[in-house]
Amino acid sequence: MEVGVLALQGAFREHRQMLHTLGTEAPLVRWPQDLEGLDGLIVPGGESTTIAKLLTIHELYAPIRKAYADGLAVFGTCAGAIMLAREIEDAREDQEPLALMDVRIRRNAYGRQIDSFETTVPFDGIEGGVKGVFIRAPRFENLSDEVEILSQTEDGEALAVRQGRALAVAFHPELTDDTRVHEYFLQQIVGH
Amino acid sequence: MAEQTTGTLKVKTGFAEMLKGGVIMDVVTPEQAKIAEDAGAVSVMALERVPADIRAQGGVARMSDPAMIEGIIDAVSIPVMAKCRIGHFVEAQVLESLGVDFIDESEVLTQADDQYHVNKWDFTVPFVCGARNLEEALRRIAEGAAMIRTKGEPGTGNVIEAVRHMRTVTSEISYVKGLRKEQLYTAAKDLQAPYELVAWVAEHGCLPVVNFSAGGIATPADAALMMQLGCDGVFVGSGIFKSGDPAKRARAIVEATTNYDDPDTIARVSRDLGEPMVGIEIGDIPETERMAFRGN
Repeated sequence: MEVGVLALQGAFREHRQMLHTLGTEAPLVRWPQDLEGLDGLIVPGGESTTIAKLLTIHELYAPIRKAYADGLAVFGTCAGAIMLAREIEDAREDQEPLALMDVRIRRNAYGRQIDSFETTVPFDGIEGGVKGVFIRAPRFENLSDEVEILSQTEDGEALAVRQGRALAVAFHPELTDDTRVHEYFLQQIVGH
Repeated sequence: MAEQTTGTLKVKTGFAEMLKGGVIMDVVTPEQAKIAEDAGAVSVMALERVPADIRAQGGVARMSDPAMIEGIIDAVSIPVMAKCRIGHFVEAQVLESLGVDFIDESEVLTQADDQYHVNKWDFTVPFVCGARNLEEALRRIAEGAAMIRTKGEPGTGNVIEAVRHMRTVTSEISYVKGLRKEQLYTAAKDLQAPYELVAWVAEHGCLPVVNFSAGGIATPADAALMMQLGCDGVFVGSGIFKSGDPAKRARAIVEATTNYDDPDTIARVSRDLGEPMVGIEIGDIPETERMAFRGN
């Protein structure tokens, strides 16, 4: 099982560290040829405006979409989740998503950095839930029936969603020392 | 949701982690902020004068006009940073109330206090502070800084001081890492930094927060140089908007920062960038006008 980490900008080292802890190699992906032979790809947190620019410059949009169509599993956190959505709200008009999941996502939905917070959130199949670090976090909206909610608030607001081989999380499990969300991705999505 | 806590160390340092591999650009107008965002900047630093102009015009440099900062916040969707004077905790309070995403307690502005920095633990917003060496970095972290930038010499377009400070931090970390436990107590005393932070650095071989490079970066190759020397990202101040073609240079520096270990890409993006900013030889600046010496 080979899972790469998109390494254009952002906290890609933290994801790589998580995968190393779980015994996976985690090559860095910068150019289309780096996608060859991968079973999974993590799109990390960072600044989604910047990541979108660099995806264009590095000509990665079409190759990632094709790899996904051919069976690649994908996992996005925060800015990575924004990039996986079909539609992005409160973004520059030219910010093109990868559009692999039937959700709309709103950038910086909780406010600016002073509104960033941490809390405990439930997560399907994970006992006691996980620590949720929300940093200028996005919010999922308009989920299609194809999308499964893995984590939500009491009010039914989705915090982590899955559609087939795609997993998107609004918070940052890679900033904690709890590897269980990454294990979920490896075991329930990549390994299936 | 369960109880939500804002302003935690994790939320502050985690935000800095998200900026890694990116370029933070100084801007003085909403138009420049848009050019920076368009070029792929991870954040902009809103200020009234870039360091090169502060250096040229002299006088007391203070926090920017709140109206000007708000104009930039409204113009872009990427995070906005702003500078307060070293030790000026009321300027910091004002910047927090404006909703800036990061405060730079900066030696680029005139010092407000020559003995004490801001107690950054008092704030919900994260702070970045300058450092010339490991001891300055650890003292700022002890005061609550969530991010460090090596100082360089701002407004010069001359990368030599940025290189010096980055190399100094790196070699001091290696030195501390090589010490035995009983030596760390004396090292903490010599560094005038808390023992717990010195011990952390010795164990992990790096700073406990993200470290960007600043102060003199003017070209894509300068940015890549600092990345290869081990920083996590770069601040570019006067280097972009004091050059001939800011939009093109900004984008080139973004590309070179991502592909810092790929000379082919750096060569490609460095072509036909127009005039770089005119640099200053460090030896031509009187010691009293060296910004890096402020706030140790």
